[in-house]
Amino acid sequence: MQADLNIILPEIVISVYAIAALLFTAYTGRDRMAGMLLWLTAALFTVMALWIGTTGQGTRTAFDGMFNDDAFARFAKVTILLSAAAVMVMGQEYMTRRKILRFEYPVLLALAVVGMMLMVSAGDLMALYMGLELQSLALYVVAALRRDSAKSTEAGLKYFVLGALSSGLLLYGASLTYGYAGTTLFSGIIAAADGQAPVGLLIGLVFVLSGLAFKVSAVPFHMWTPDVYEGSPTPITAFFATAPKVAAMALLARVVHDAFGGVMGDWQQVIAVLSLLSMFLGAIAAIGQTDIKRLMAYSSIAHMGYALMGLAAGNAFGVQAMLVYMAIYVTMNIGTFAFILSMERDGQPITEIESLNMYSRAHPGRALAMMILLFSLAGVPPLLGFFGKLYVLRAAYEGGLTWLAVAGVVASVIGAFYYLRIVYYMYFGEEREPLETARSPVQWGFLMASAALMVVGIINMFGVETLAQAAAATLVN
Amino acid sequence: MDNLLSITTFIPAIAAAILAIFLRGEDAAAQRSAKWVALIATSLTFIVSIFILVGFDPSDTGFQFVEERQWLLGLKYKMGVDGISVLFVMLTTFIMPLTIAASWGVTKRVKEYMIAFLILETLMLGVFMALDLVLFYLFFEAGLIPMFLIIGIWGGKERIYASFKFFLYTFLGSVLMLVAMVAMFSDAGTTDIVTLLNHQFGSESFSILGIHIVGGMQTLMFIAFFASFAVKMPMWPVHTWLPDAHVQAPTAGSVVLAAILLKMGGYGFLRFSLPMFPVGAEVLTPLILWMSAIAIVYTSLVALAQEDMKKLIAYSSVAHMGYVTMGIFAANQQGIDGAIFQMVSHGFISGALFLCVGVIYDRMHTREIDAYGGLVNRMPAYALIFMLFTMANVGLPGTSGFIGEFLTLVGVFQVNTWVAAVATVGVILSAAYALWLYRRVVLGDLIKESLKSITDMTGRERAIFAPLVVMTLLLGVYPSLVTDITGPAVEALISNYDTALAEAHSANQLAAAQH
Repeated sequence: MQADLNIILPEIVISVYAIAALLFTAYTGRDRMAGMLLWLTAALFTVMALWIGTTGQGTRTAFDGMFNDDAFARFAKVTILLSAAAVMVMGQEYMTRRKILRFEYPVLLALAVVGMMLMVSAGDLMALYMGLELQSLALYVVAALRRDSAKSTEAGLKYFVLGALSSGLLLYGASLTYGYAGTTLFSGIIAAADGQAPVGLLIGLVFVLSGLAFKVSAVPFHMWTPDVYEGSPTPITAFFATAPKVAAMALLARVVHDAFGGVMGDWQQVIAVLSLLSMFLGAIAAIGQTDIKRLMAYSSIAHMGYALMGLAAGNAFGVQAMLVYMAIYVTMNIGTFAFILSMERDGQPITEIESLNMYSRAHPGRALAMMILLFSLAGVPPLLGFFGKLYVLRAAYEGGLTWLAVAGVVASVIGAFYYLRIVYYMYFGEEREPLETARSPVQWGFLMASAALMVVGIINMFGVETLAQAAAATLVN
Repeated sequence: MDNLLSITTFIPAIAAAILAIFLRGEDAAAQRSAKWVALIATSLTFIVSIFILVGFDPSDTGFQFVEERQWLLGLKYKMGVDGISVLFVMLTTFIMPLTIAASWGVTKRVKEYMIAFLILETLMLGVFMALDLVLFYLFFEAGLIPMFLIIGIWGGKERIYASFKFFLYTFLGSVLMLVAMVAMFSDAGTTDIVTLLNHQFGSESFSILGIHIVGGMQTLMFIAFFASFAVKMPMWPVHTWLPDAHVQAPTAGSVVLAAILLKMGGYGFLRFSLPMFPVGAEVLTPLILWMSAIAIVYTSLVALAQEDMKKLIAYSSVAHMGYVTMGIFAANQQGIDGAIFQMVSHGFISGALFLCVGVIYDRMHTREIDAYGGLVNRMPAYALIFMLFTMANVGLPGTSGFIGEFLTLVGVFQVNTWVAAVATVGVILSAAYALWLYRRVVLGDLIKESLKSITDMTGRERAIFAPLVVMTLLLGVYPSLVTDITGPAVEALISNYDTALAEAHSANQLAAAQH
C-alpha cells in the first residue's frame, strides 16, 4: 500500500493542492486571489514536470496493475504538465482584463491535469474511465466559464452532451470487453485477445476506439471541435488544443498496445481510416474558415490525423513518431495561441483572419514569428513541423501503410493552402483598419520562444527524440 | 579548411540574421545599409566560393570538401561537391551579387527584401551541396518560403495568384518525392547520398492493383522524384506555374528563378534519378525524350504569341530546359555534358534577358511589347547588350547558348534520331520568337510619345551586365572551361549507369528464368 501511494505521489500532491486551493479561496478572497493562484498552479505543474522528468525511472505498477509508471507515461505527463503551465500563464493577462479569471479556473485545470495523468498511466479500463471523466468534467465547466456569453455556454453544453455520448460509447465498449475477456485489466485483456479474439471483444474494441477518437477529435467524431474552440474563451481554447490532446493520444496508444496488442491487425485498419479522414477533412474544411479559432480547430483535427498515422503503423517506431509529433504539435500550438490571445482591437478580442491585414508592417517581429509557426504547422522544411511529418511518414511506410503516407502528403499540400492564406493576410494584403496586439510580455515571450524552437529545434530536437524512443520501447515490445 | 562548404552556404544566412536583428527603421539610411550588407555578403560568398573552384580537383570523380556530422533520426548533416554540382554552386554565388545590385531601386520594405534573397541564397547553395537525402529535401523545399514571399510581396498585379500557384504546385510536386525518400531510407537504411549512389534498389517487376509495373520499385521511385523535378524544371505539361511566377515576380526574383531555381530540377535528375534508379530511368526515357521534344516545339510556338516580354522569355526558358532534359536522358557523354553546359549558360543568358526587361520596366513600368519600339534611337548601349543576349538565346555560334544546344542535340541524336529532328525545329523557332521580340522592342523608328525621353543604361546597370557578357562570350569560345570540370564526373556517372543497368538486366533475366 505504501509503495502504491509512493508511485502515485505526483497525482496525490496535485489533487491535495487542488482541494486545498478550493477551500482556501472559498473561505477567503474568492476571485481576488485567482491571479496569484493561477501562477501558483502553473509553478506547481512545472515543479511536478521537473520532478517526474528527472527522478522517475524504470517501470513500476501500482494497485495490482491498475496504474503504470513507465517511461511512456512520464513522457506524456511531462508534456501535459509543461503545456498546461504554459497555457495558463500566457492566458492570465487576457482573462484578468476581461474579468473572467475566476478562482475556479486554476482549480479545475489542476483537477483536469490530474485526470490526464491518470489517463496516461491507466492499466485498467476502470482507471482509464476514471481519469477520462475527471478530465472531461473539469473541462466541460471550463468551456462554459464565461457564464454571461451565450457562445461560451453553448460551447460548454455542446462539449458536455457530445462528450457524454462518447463516454457512453466508451463505457459500452468497456463492458463488452469485460464480458468477453473476463477482466478489466489491460494485462488480462491482452492475454484473452492474443492473435484471435472473439467477435464481441472486437466490437468492444471498436466502441472503445470510438470513445477515444472523440477525445482526440478524429474524424468522424470531430463535430464538437470547431464549435467548442470558437465558443470558449481563447485561453481555454488554447488549453483544449494542447494538453488534453496529448493525454487522449497517449491513452489511445496505451489501450491499443497494452490491451489490444494481440489483435493489431484489427485496430490498425480502424486507426488508419480515422487518420486518413482526419487529415483530409481537417485540410479541406479549414479552407473556408474566416475565424482563426475555428481554423485552428480544423488544423488540430488534421494534426491528430498525422499523429494517428504514426500510431497506425503499429510498431515501436510508430509510437515514437506519435510522441515526437505530439510534442512538436503542442509547442507550435502554444506559440500560435499566444499570438491569437494577443489579437485585439479597442481592447476587444478579435479572431477574424481578415483583421490581420498587413500586420507585418506594424509588427514585423511578431509577424515573422507567426509566419514561422504557420509554415511549421504546414510541415514545410526546414522547420520542426516538417520533422514531425517525416517521423510519422517513415513510421507509416515501415508499418506497410504506404498508401496512407501518400495520402498524408497530399493532404498536407491541401492544408498548406490555408496556412498560406494567413501569411497572405499578414504580408500581402492591402492595408485596412489595423490590428492591435496586447502588449503582454508573457504572450510575446511564448510566441517568440515557440517560433525560435521551430528553427533551432532542427539541430537536435533537444533530446526529445531519445526520450520518445525510450518511452515507446516501454510500451511496445 | 574543413568546412569551406558550410561557410560558403551560411554566410548569406548570417548576414540575413544580422539584418533582421540589428537593422531598425525604414528610412533611407536604413535602406541603404540593408542593400550594402546584402551586396557585401553575397560578394563575400562569391569570393569564398572561388576557393572551392580553385581547390577542386576535376580528375577526382568522388565528392570533395566533404563534411559530415550526425543529426536527428539517423540522418546526417553531410555536404560535398563533385564535378556536377560544383558549377551550380559557382553559378549561384556568381548570380546573387548581380541580382542584389539589380535590386538597388527597390524602395518597398527593403530590409525584408534583402533578407529573403539572402536566405534564398543559403538554401540554393545547400541544395547543390547536400549529401544527405533529407538535408537535400530540406534545402530544396525551404526555398519555396522566401520565393513565395518575394513574389507575393514585391510582385506585380496578379502576384497573389502567382505566389499561391507557385507554392502549391511545387509543393505538391515534391511531397511525393518525400515519400519516395522515406522508402529509400527504409530500403537502404541510410540517407547518405554517397552510399545510396552505390545501392541497388529493387527492379523486379510487380503488379499493384492489377497494373503491371515494369522496373518495379525503381520505376515507382523514379516517378516520385520525376514529379518533383519535372515541376521544378519545369517540363511540359507541368510548366504552367512558371510563366505566372516569372511575370509577377520582381526582376531580381525572375533572375533567380530562371538562372538558379530551375537548375535544381536538372541537378536533381543528375544526382538522383539517373544514377539511383537506372532501371526506372531506362523504362521512362522514351517518354521523357518525347516530352522534351514537345516542350521545345510547343513552348517555342507559345512564345511566338506572347504580348508580354517576361512571359515570352519564360516560355523560352521552358523550351531551353527541354534541351536539358533531353540531354540528360540521352545518358551519354555529349548529352549530359551538354545538359550541364546548357544549364550554366542558360543561367547567364536568361538572367541577363530578365535583367534587360527589368531595365526598361524600371523606366516605363510596363512589360507590354507593344508599348515599346525603336529603343535603339535613344538607348544604343542597351540595344547592343540586348542583341548579344538575344543572339545567345537563339544559340548563335560564339555564344554559350550554341554549345549547350549543339551538344545535347548530338547526344540525343545517337539515342533517338526522331527526337533530335523534332528538337532541331525548336532551334529555328527560337530564332523566330527571339529576333521578332528584338525587332519589335528595339528596332524601327521611335514613334511612341512616351518613349521620347527614355534614357540609356546607367553605369550601375552596365556594371551588372558586364560579367554576364564576359561569361556568355567566354564560354561560347572556350567551352572546355565547363566540360573539363564536368567531364570526368559525367564519365563516371555514365559508366556507373551502364553497369547498373547491365547488372539489373542480368539479375532480372535470371529471376525470370527461375520462374
